[in-house]
Amino acid sequence: MSERLLVIEGLHASVGDKPILKGVDLAVDRGEIHALMGPNGSGKSTLSNAIMGHPNYRVTGGRILFEGRDISGMPTDERARLGIFLAFQYPVSIPGVTVTNFLRSIVKARQGEAPAGEFRKQMTGAMKELAMDPSFAKRYVNDGFSGGEKKRCEILQMSLLKPSLALLDEIDSGLDIDALRVVCEGINKTWNPAMGLLIITHYQRMLDYVKPHHVHVLVAGRIAKSGGPELVARLEAEGYDPIIQEALGASIA
Amino acid sequence: MADTELREALKSEVDSIVGDDYKYGFHDEDVAYAFKSEKGLDAKKVRAISKMKKEPAWMTEVRLKAFETFLRLPMPTFLDPAALKEVDFDDIYYYMRAGGEQQKDWDKVPEGIKRTFDRLGIPEAEQKFLSGVTAQYDSEVVYHSIKETLEKQGVQFTDMDSGLREHEEVVRRYFGTVIPTGDNKFAALNTAVWSGGSFVYVPKGIKVDIPLQAYFRINSKNMGQFERTLIIADEGSSVHYIEGCTAPTYTEHSLHSAVVELIAMPGATIRYTTIQNWSKNVFNLVTKRAMAYAGARVEWIDGNLGSKLTVKYPAIYLMGEGASGEVLSVAFAGKGQHQDAGARIIAAASNTSATVTSKSISKQGGRTSYRGLVRVLPGVENVKVHTVCDALLMDEDSRSDTYPTMQAEEKSISVGHEATVSKIGTEQLFYLTARGISEDEARLMIVNGFIEPFTKELPLEYAVELNRLMQLEMEGGIG
Repeated sequence: MSERLLVIEGLHASVGDKPILKGVDLAVDRGEIHALMGPNGSGKSTLSNAIMGHPNYRVTGGRILFEGRDISGMPTDERARLGIFLAFQYPVSIPGVTVTNFLRSIVKARQGEAPAGEFRKQMTGAMKELAMDPSFAKRYVNDGFSGGEKKRCEILQMSLLKPSLALLDEIDSGLDIDALRVVCEGINKTWNPAMGLLIITHYQRMLDYVKPHHVHVLVAGRIAKSGGPELVARLEAEGYDPIIQEALGASIA
Repeated sequence: MADTELREALKSEVDSIVGDDYKYGFHDEDVAYAFKSEKGLDAKKVRAISKMKKEPAWMTEVRLKAFETFLRLPMPTFLDPAALKEVDFDDIYYYMRAGGEQQKDWDKVPEGIKRTFDRLGIPEAEQKFLSGVTAQYDSEVVYHSIKETLEKQGVQFTDMDSGLREHEEVVRRYFGTVIPTGDNKFAALNTAVWSGGSFVYVPKGIKVDIPLQAYFRINSKNMGQFERTLIIADEGSSVHYIEGCTAPTYTEHSLHSAVVELIAMPGATIRYTTIQNWSKNVFNLVTKRAMAYAGARVEWIDGNLGSKLTVKYPAIYLMGEGASGEVLSVAFAGKGQHQDAGARIIAAASNTSATVTSKSISKQGGRTSYRGLVRVLPGVENVKVHTVCDALLMDEDSRSDTYPTMQAEEKSISVGHEATVSKIGTEQLFYLTARGISEDEARLMIVNGFIEPFTKELPLEYAVELNRLMQLEMEGGIG
């Protein structure tokens, strides 16, 4: 099994006619946890949407390699079936479709049909770990869910789909401290040495629970700085400005 | 006058009305068949239909009066006049004997319809029945055992022609009382030429715990073009009647015009579930109305797929205190189709309530309309009517409109109307495909979720069939 999971080379992406990503380079290996930080509007969500193949995010240059294959022209569902998972910042509701039926469909799409009993066992087990009430399974997907319920439901899907690469887009937003802990515990339980994680966040808080090996700061569509976990503490203390200044200085020089 | 004398007198009267032309014909199968091939309608034919069915004179009179009314009434004006101009009353066969119905050739049933049957998993014997190739679907045993159980409870459940023969007094008392002949042009036409349909009478206090459905699939008379259904639930009784099925109903007829009358006596409950999937050449113009007396409840569960144009507004008249009603409907309009559906709630008594939920899906230029009427009669108080219309558009070419009308002057009433129109959104599709579901499957999941409030009210086998049918409708050609 190759260690290299995701390689992004010189990625340019636009939303409509507006260029957002302007040459992003990033590599995530198996067994690694990466944190992607950066000010609002720097292109963090654009990067995760581009990796997943959102139709409104157009790749205009560069490559996205997953397990050595260029996936940048591939339909979203195929990418997902290859083992890429995106936890949405704003999960979408699907009225009339119960969580159970939805989970069964997505597990089937990824792993093929499993015996009904086995699936149910997996689902109830995973829900228990995320401290979700069994009645949750009967509700309609994200329909009338609180912020915390939506995020738990995202992690529930991740734990059942067992992706090799998970992109978590601000999974910590809208969570109180207890919910954050539960969600992070769920992430840690799902993560394994064969899996890569890319966590997009604004806050150190989450990274106290899920410890990143590598931290990147995205500024104006480019990775301005990469480093180890110590970078998180520095950002927390100094904010993004010094890094932005450094990046500007570098580009001027 | 003695009974036999009366009958003789009536017979000669009928004969004189019918006249010599028909006197000979209808004793003979061959001539009857010849009659079948004659298109168009006149009073003679109306008489002949009644005579062939050996109906009592009063029914002949009802038919003849209805025919006059039909001629007099204009076409409905609220619809786009262009929509109905293709209905050519002179180009329709108004009556075929049961024997005549069997003349269809299985080879002539379009391949597309056969494929759909196969994919819905419908056995060939039943496929042939549904296509009108055979008149009887071979499950007599099931039918008879159901019928026996019902008879023990005193429940009358039969086709309308037999109903008239076997329960003439009941039919005479209630026929046309819910939907008067002159209600609209198509109701008048149905009254003049009706054939088949169902007759149900549930005695006081009897709860029929099985839905009356199997019968329908095995009785070709119900599949007629102008069926007439009358359901009477006596005080405190309850019954669930299901008509139609999800399989496409292939017919060569271009006009289907049914009349359905429901009477829920005080404290009774009637649920009437319909799923219609006419082939796409059919004008489906149906009048459905229910009377709900004090404390009674009527529910119309109405699914409309197929047809070229469907015009149907199930109505509930809340006639006594504590009466309640529900209309829950789904309409699906694909390319070249228009589903003009809705509901009418008329509150004639205080302390009554009703809910209306209308779901519609339009695809590839298909058009759905919701046409609703809520009327609270003067002096009637404490009425609650809530209407929700949700439309789902699958693409830019499709269309959905709502035409709600409210007529209520009293203060102590609560009449609400909500309408939403949504398009299958990029974000919903992206969310589902990001989980590995194909785009087609994702669309289907969204659609099936959208109609779930309807599907969950159906017996399981119908719900499963409807979901599969949606899959077929959704396949191929979103573009």
